[in-house]
Amino acid sequence: MTTKMKTDRTIGSEIGRGLLATLPVMISAFPFGLIFGALGIAKGLSPLAVMCMSLFVFSGSAQFIAILLLGTGSGLGVIWLATLILNLRHLLYAATLVDHVRHLNQIWRFTLSAWLTDETFAVMERRYRVEGDAPHAHWYYLTSCLGMYLNWGFWTFIGIVLGTQYEGIEKWGLEFAMVVTFIGIVMPALRARPYWVAAIVAAVVATLGHALPFKLGLMLGALAGIGAGLALQEIKRRNAASDVV
Amino acid sequence: MSEIDIAVMIAGMALINLAIRWPVYLFADHVRFPPIIERALAFVPVTVLTAIVVPMVLYPTDGGEIQLTWRNPYLIGAIVAAIVSWRWHKLMPTILIGMAVFFAARWALGV
Repeated sequence: MTTKMKTDRTIGSEIGRGLLATLPVMISAFPFGLIFGALGIAKGLSPLAVMCMSLFVFSGSAQFIAILLLGTGSGLGVIWLATLILNLRHLLYAATLVDHVRHLNQIWRFTLSAWLTDETFAVMERRYRVEGDAPHAHWYYLTSCLGMYLNWGFWTFIGIVLGTQYEGIEKWGLEFAMVVTFIGIVMPALRARPYWVAAIVAAVVATLGHALPFKLGLMLGALAGIGAGLALQEIKRRNAASDVV
Repeated sequence: MSEIDIAVMIAGMALINLAIRWPVYLFADHVRFPPIIERALAFVPVTVLTAIVVPMVLYPTDGGEIQLTWRNPYLIGAIVAAIVSWRWHKLMPTILIGMAVFFAARWALGV
């Protein structure tokens, strides 16, 4: 009903609303940055190395795995393989959002892909689904990326500073912030039965496979969930189509 | 590992991340997914995020036993957060109430 107004949003308005939408996930990511900084120092990495990981790798889960693997004396090959498998989910993210960036030039596309995270993906997927696209929607996206990036770098730095003073900061349970945030993103997205089935199948398979190396259970769970949800939806579509006839 | 090894590790990880994240956007002009794939991709958020979170809740200690009991503060906090989110669809209250319940449960259970 207000589609007209939405397409007329200015760049400034997109930036402001992008920041507002990203603020909750920035808050939930801060404990992770903090813990990563502290843990990196505790595992014997130099402050510069810890900081560089957050600024150049910019992938919380891969950074944590790398530190854990370093601690077990793993080689570079294993760490790189873990990074690859762990982050394959970003292929799915990019495929989901690509329709909304196709019209942008390559500099924009590079920036928006290199800075894509779980959190920004969740924010953008929701934005495009609920509000649709708009001429300046990529500013919303860019703001979300930038917010997550600066937030991640800042809290890594604080973690490095605190790391030497608060041993065991990683055992405080701060990482639970990510759990409740993702729950808060998933629940409203369960908008029909196929989505419930997809989520439940993903949960069961990921839990059964949690002990697999490189968090493979995560990827298997996601694929099984997508398959189950899609199958149910296709059956419903066919039934609906035959009812009409 | 030496500082040089660490630098190589970081550079490699950065390149791998880019190699995963960039190509779909880079070749966006030539990439068009068939409708069935587009419909499948609509399930990505709910499945991937759920697959990240649920094992974290059920296995709060890495490598430990599954903790499907009310003595697991992660499980209690997650269930309350899910109810709050399902009922009100608001992210910030979900995060704050979920965290509060989690820390309260941790304190009450002494774990």
